[in-house]
Amino acid sequence: MHEMSIAENVLQIIEDTARAEGYTRVKAVWLEIGQLAGVEKESLRFCFDVVTRDSVAQDARLEIIETAGQGWCMECACNVAVTARYEPCPSCGSLQIQVTGGEEMRVKELEVE
Amino acid sequence: MMCTTCGCGIGQTLIAGHALQKPRKAGEALRFRVHNESATHAHPHDHTHAYNTIDFGAGPAGTHAPGMSQARMVKIERDILSKNNGYADENRRYFSGHGIFALNLVSSPGSGKTTLLVKTITALNGAQSLAVIEGDQQTDNDAARIRAAGAPALQINTGKGCHLDAHMVGQAMQRLGLRDDSLLLIENVGNLVCPASFDLGEAHKVVIFSVTEGEDKPLKYPDMFRAAGLMLLNKCDLLPHLDFDADLAVENARRVNPNIRVIRVSATSGEGLAEWLEWIKAGCHDAVAAKQ
Repeated sequence: MHEMSIAENVLQIIEDTARAEGYTRVKAVWLEIGQLAGVEKESLRFCFDVVTRDSVAQDARLEIIETAGQGWCMECACNVAVTARYEPCPSCGSLQIQVTGGEEMRVKELEVE
Repeated sequence: MMCTTCGCGIGQTLIAGHALQKPRKAGEALRFRVHNESATHAHPHDHTHAYNTIDFGAGPAGTHAPGMSQARMVKIERDILSKNNGYADENRRYFSGHGIFALNLVSSPGSGKTTLLVKTITALNGAQSLAVIEGDQQTDNDAARIRAAGAPALQINTGKGCHLDAHMVGQAMQRLGLRDDSLLLIENVGNLVCPASFDLGEAHKVVIFSVTEGEDKPLKYPDMFRAAGLMLLNKCDLLPHLDFDADLAVENARRVNPNIRVIRVSATSGEGLAEWLEWIKAGCHDAVAAKQ
């Protein structure tokens, strides 16, 4: 999707927190990225390395926690796994699925010193 | 808020030819200095500063456990797009407080968005107070076309950016001076990818999909079709000349988003415009009724 601006937004959050908490170096960053968030992980890694150059997060290790896509099938009235937006329900084949999880894009945690 | 694909900064965004104001916080210079004793170390304390001392309690965590370095964990739990979403919430509050029905029109380049807008404005014929925000990388051609149709329009040039964000729209709204109980049409940059993720505070995204594109476009760009409340299938006057299966196109859109409303239109022949105008009027009516 737009990994460069996502990486830039991540850095902004890190720098805002650095100012508030007074740390000078970030060693590792944990992101939570949903399977359905439309983010290319490898592209995000590349962009993260580029935008964090000469910042508090230079050379930080990037850990991406991928959360599974989940949905509620209206027909089955139960939770089902969703791997892509237009996939039918794995048990009944219905397309009436409300996505309930897997769209997250969050900065979860930092290891700092 | 920086642009997406290319990562350009706000410096290239222009609203009606003027530079975008910097976001309140994002634009501030960020400086990080390594701890400088002489300049900043004025607080009272009792630890020593000798370099040959190892003080396990002096790290940022202020404590220590056996075998642990002074590195510490900071819980953040913040949405990556939270900044944009904050601006979008501000815009949305403004809209709901003033009875404004705002639409975010998205499509690939060349789907006929601007022509459709011009026809819409002409057809409304002054019956509905409205304004238009145009987003393009360069030129104010589109805003000029809208103004020629008789509606106030403001052009946002995103420079290298590939989408509008809520901060740009918030500033454009101030410049335009929106009227109470009006319709705001925001024509996003022609791009089916990035605008899907950037909430502008609109009531609905309206995706315009023309029959000169492929029927599988909703499957290729599911995020956008998922995010949209209404799909306008445009250029339907061309269907007799094309090998395009309109029913399949609609089916594909519903596969991605079962709740999407579809109206088949042609800006050229006027087909479907009445239904589209009815939909707009109903939205405006609801926005006024729900005014807080």
